Amino acid sequence: MGAEIEEPASVTLLSGNEAIAHSAYASGVGTAFGYPGTPSTEILEELVKFSPLGVYCEWSPNEKVALEAAAGASVAGARSLVTMKLVGLNVAADPLMTLSYTGVCGGLVIVVADDPGQDSSQTEQDTRHYARLAKVPVLEPGNAEEAYDFTAEAFEISERYRCPVILRTTTCVSHSRGLVRERKSPRAANAVAFERNVEQFVPLPVWGRKLRVKVEERLDAQAADAARSALNRVIGAQDSRLGIISHGVTAYHCAEVIPEAAVLKTGWGFPFPDELFISFARGKDRLIVVEEGDPILEEHVKSLGLACEGKGLVPRCGEITPSVIYGVKRRIFPERELPELPAPPPEAQGLPSRPPMLCPGCPHRGMFYALTHFDVVVCGDIGCYSLGVFPPLNRTDTILCMGAGFTMAHGMQKAGEKRPVVGIVGDSTFFHSGITGLLDVVYNKGISTLIVADNRITAMTGHQEHPGTGITLMGEATKQASIEAVARACGIDRIRVCSPYDQKGFTEALREELAAEEPSLIISRAPCPLHVKRRLGPVRMILQDVCKGCGACLKCGCPAIELTGGKKPKINPVACMGCSLCSGICRFGAIVPVQEDVQRR
Amino acid sequence: MKDTVNVTLVGVGGQGILLTSEILGRAAALAGFDVKKSEVHGMSQRGGSVTSQVRFGRHVYSPVIPFGETDVLVAFEKLEAVRCFALLSPGGKALVDVREIVPVTVSSGQQVPVADQDGVLARLYEGRAVYTDSCAVARKLGNMRTSNMVIAGALSMMLDIPGECWVDAIKARLPEKIRDINIRAFEEGSAGLSETSV
Repeated sequence: MGAEIEEPASVTLLSGNEAIAHSAYASGVGTAFGYPGTPSTEILEELVKFSPLGVYCEWSPNEKVALEAAAGASVAGARSLVTMKLVGLNVAADPLMTLSYTGVCGGLVIVVADDPGQDSSQTEQDTRHYARLAKVPVLEPGNAEEAYDFTAEAFEISERYRCPVILRTTTCVSHSRGLVRERKSPRAANAVAFERNVEQFVPLPVWGRKLRVKVEERLDAQAADAARSALNRVIGAQDSRLGIISHGVTAYHCAEVIPEAAVLKTGWGFPFPDELFISFARGKDRLIVVEEGDPILEEHVKSLGLACEGKGLVPRCGEITPSVIYGVKRRIFPERELPELPAPPPEAQGLPSRPPMLCPGCPHRGMFYALTHFDVVVCGDIGCYSLGVFPPLNRTDTILCMGAGFTMAHGMQKAGEKRPVVGIVGDSTFFHSGITGLLDVVYNKGISTLIVADNRITAMTGHQEHPGTGITLMGEATKQASIEAVARACGIDRIRVCSPYDQKGFTEALREELAAEEPSLIISRAPCPLHVKRRLGPVRMILQDVCKGCGACLKCGCPAIELTGGKKPKINPVACMGCSLCSGICRFGAIVPVQEDVQRR
Repeated sequence: MKDTVNVTLVGVGGQGILLTSEILGRAAALAGFDVKKSEVHGMSQRGGSVTSQVRFGRHVYSPVIPFGETDVLVAFEKLEAVRCFALLSPGGKALVDVREIVPVTVSSGQQVPVADQDGVLARLYEGRAVYTDSCAVARKLGNMRTSNMVIAGALSMMLDIPGECWVDAIKARLPEKIRDINIRAFEEGSAGLSETSV
């Protein structure tokens, strides 16, 4: 492998994401760019710890910007890392396709974290398709140790072929931990000095057609390289006549659950290492492809004329866990009559759930609660405020992708929807891809009411800075982009900044803006209390003798308001953040600040 | 001892489960084992169910414990103990903290609480569980945030990892300011196991 360990390495327990960051540093990375997205976020949060040692790190406004910036850094010579979640690559797909042609100078590694099982994503798309579409290599580490080694190798491959390389992790690989051997001394960073070469870096058709041919030649060379690569290896029962072809962590699950099989673990699966598939299949009585995601390897292995089974045995959807592979094993060996997995006992079924919900004190709650007073359609977006879709608020009707809160609302209004249409995006989402939608509404004379749920941080992914916060990923103070100034420049005349904790004011603002025959923007502004780490005011309590038990306060869905018996709710003083939203909702004045100090747990 | 020991930790966001499992992982590594660890924490909100898995042994392939193969189940909360019972292997043991955190779905009246939760818990885990009251110990120590290290201390008595590896792991992971109080909590936890019942 490329990352030879020249001197004694230290062994540490790292997550896959931390391992990628440590390895990037050890590989001499000069610049790193990304946009937060589960399960990829921790990579840059870890790598930025190396910024005092000369690694430049940034949160870019979106993934397309991140990849383009990395392309610039790379053609000037620097090794560059880009990080994003699976759907981020949809946004960055445009530069990726061309970058495959124009190529890189300093190694450029794009880490894309897929999310089989959709733990925290709207789709389950398989990034390996993008590698095929862009005709670039994809490496798939299966644990933290491999995340470390493969990252180093990805930089080597990228420089060897002068093309970007995708490092595809999954939630299980990014978030699980294992022992990692780390290089003690980092490779020196590349010298940076851009050299003009228009035939390489300007894909006008005259040169683009030549680059196109080179891409195909590169693919052939890479396929041969992959077939010899140590990233592809056989684990488990080496001499077994039962062969499994798998990838990433799924290969390790297979080796554990089906120890009688020889498992070809592809770590460099595209360009397809054909020679390896053919030699592995030789002498096998039975060949099974166990893939998490789409049948990409399976269809290719079949195209080589090799008989194999695959998605007939392995589920197409969801995470392929060891338990799922146990089910596959039962289907592989029906004659063994393996028992089913034990079902939970009846007492452990149908238990009350603990779904994600807006936190106590969350400013989004007041925004959604105010919307419950109006008969409107609400097009929402991706972020903590996606949770506004759940009862008791029920105040989101559609979610599509980053930025679509504004644009879907616009389209719906233009189509002639009878009710007023509201589009919501978050502050980080506004800078990511909300501004173009806002322009669309203004330019094309829409009249939707747009809301920015501005909690002053990228909250859902764990509080990352963005262009509106005035602080960079490296902790430096910077210019603070103003949402209202941007909106004004785009041509919105009706702009209001409202506190979502002020129900009266917020509701009145909504009433006026919904009635307006022109586009309007409401900025629902209050910082995420979890981020600023402070109570918003005194803890509240419900005066039981004043409370009528009408249940109005329960309709705002605050987890701190508890109804444990009878009709009259109580407020949990440990959970209450003192936001006072409920006090404003109660018509009887029963919710008041607690006078005495309440001890927190 | 079989080759790989599977420990599953379950509870509710904010209870310090991920830190506990990280210290277990580090302690196992210091004791010379191969270690893999994984967790499910879904979206980052507080108050959701949290599961963390630690596997250690001579060589560990997968970070994920197959369903029903947990050797030691550590439940930081009683409802989660009931929910996760089926993760235990037939010979598996459990450590259950007697903490009770009412789900918001119950406190908001959307779902009904479990009838006779303590009775269900006792029946399910009969002869297989030991109980801790970590909050009582942490309260005595004057720092409620050390309750997870009380549980870690109790857990250390159920696993083949030397106590000094645990203490070294705590020292390596926690900032100096809170190091001593957490080591004391750990020691209280390991000394006080088996004195609590559901």
